[in-house]
Amino acid sequence: MGNVGAKEIPRLLTAEGRRIDGRRLDELRPISMKVGPLTRADGSAFVEWGDNKVMAAVYGPREVHPRHLMQTQKAIIQCRYNMAAFSVDERKRPGQDRRSQEISKVITEAFESVVFTEEFPKTSIDIYIEVLQANAGTRCAGLVAASLALADAGIPMADLVASVAVGKVGGRIALDLKKEEDNFGEADMPLALVPQSGRLVLTQMEGHMTRDELREALDLGTKGCREIYERMRQALRDKYDVTSAAPLQEAAA
Amino acid sequence: MSEAVAAEIQTTHIIDLARTGHRLDGRGIDEWRPVTVEPGFVKSADGSAMVHIGDTAVLCGVKLEIGKPFPDTPNAGVLTTNAELIALSSPTFEPGPPQPEAIELSRVVDRSIRAAETIDLTKLCVSPSEKCWTCYVDIHCLDHSGNLIDAAQLAALGALTHSTVPAKRFEVGEHDYPLEVSHFPIECTFVRLGDKIVADPTFEEETAGQGRLTVATDETGHLVAMQKGKVGAFSPDEIIETVERAFRHGDRLRNIVRGA
Repeated sequence: MGNVGAKEIPRLLTAEGRRIDGRRLDELRPISMKVGPLTRADGSAFVEWGDNKVMAAVYGPREVHPRHLMQTQKAIIQCRYNMAAFSVDERKRPGQDRRSQEISKVITEAFESVVFTEEFPKTSIDIYIEVLQANAGTRCAGLVAASLALADAGIPMADLVASVAVGKVGGRIALDLKKEEDNFGEADMPLALVPQSGRLVLTQMEGHMTRDELREALDLGTKGCREIYERMRQALRDKYDVTSAAPLQEAAA
Repeated sequence: MSEAVAAEIQTTHIIDLARTGHRLDGRGIDEWRPVTVEPGFVKSADGSAMVHIGDTAVLCGVKLEIGKPFPDTPNAGVLTTNAELIALSSPTFEPGPPQPEAIELSRVVDRSIRAAETIDLTKLCVSPSEKCWTCYVDIHCLDHSGNLIDAAQLAALGALTHSTVPAKRFEVGEHDYPLEVSHFPIECTFVRLGDKIVADPTFEEETAGQGRLTVATDETGHLVAMQKGKVGAFSPDEIIETVERAFRHGDRLRNIVRGA
């Protein structure tokens, strides 16, 4: 995307069904999650997923800014997804473009489906997602990081939200597209799942798919989300498991 | 709210402590928190560095693109420094256009880099009046636990020191090559707490501070930039003494950046 000079379309799938980076069709990129890397935020998480690096922080429940957005019956969720200028090949101008605003909106709505907002009327729960390095699937990585940050902040939720994208590359349905597959593949469908209810709280799709392919993609996508979900739970255990010998941190404020 | 009340009680306490030569986190008056510089943190940038000073975390990414020289400097490339105090990094920052604090931060960092002639801009000229490299230094504050200026400046210098000019990608050369860094300015910030001037202030110390002084020195023994900020004042003798301290710390921090 945005590179100088024409680029040849790479071959996305080998005869053996291996992808451009050697993955199987149903295989996730390597992923690591760290809960609570930031000190100022009420909750935070850093997710490295393939070549994505995404930091998320949660503040709140706190006073609502601007005030007119305040709701008397429940907390509002304000999510801001933002890309660092240096996170993509061609420098992105700082500030919110239309893409960032749309992504912020759908992520906000995804979380409104799980957070018990009615417990904190007249407040705001602010979620900040910063994409530091991007390589396809940043909104999914952002959702995962934000979910962990919400949990880290102690915000009561029905469940964690797990997310992954599925797509179509070389005519086959594949899990967790990387950049080349996203750019040159036939379809991309980011999903976010509430694992305990089995329902999707974020669904977007772009490209070409048949009905059968959609069925296959939803199946593969929800399986992928459940795999991510287990990793998320493990990341939270890594920080909060009291049976481990890890000493308690952040006693002094 | 609790933060505001706590801050007021803390301010008195911090200043009382400083009078006896102590600090809230146990450091000495002239002592820094641990500093780490991690270059190459972001692959999508042409150069990058993650810097931690204690809990403060700042990420800087450098991008080089082909642009046009300014009409008044036809033989020079362009260097642009931009700092974002993103709302993720502190409960007091809000989303939206850059506030004066972010603009001051960008400009103070830019001033040290520019005044020290860190990058020889004439070497960024490709063809006079027509083509040059534009070097974007983008600073992303991730965790504001005090002394953002020094963390941002270290990150900027660290990123520039480990940058590659993408000549091949922009089809102005056969090979990419390392960006040449001519000088290594280091910024050191101090705040006044009562009659003491402490190095590397934490967020709480900045809040309690009665004047802030930032001093940039280079490896040739020159002072290259200064900025007094916040409400408060310094005597000429205090400034001279603080500059001496900045030279000492500058040498040490320079080695950390160059050795990273």
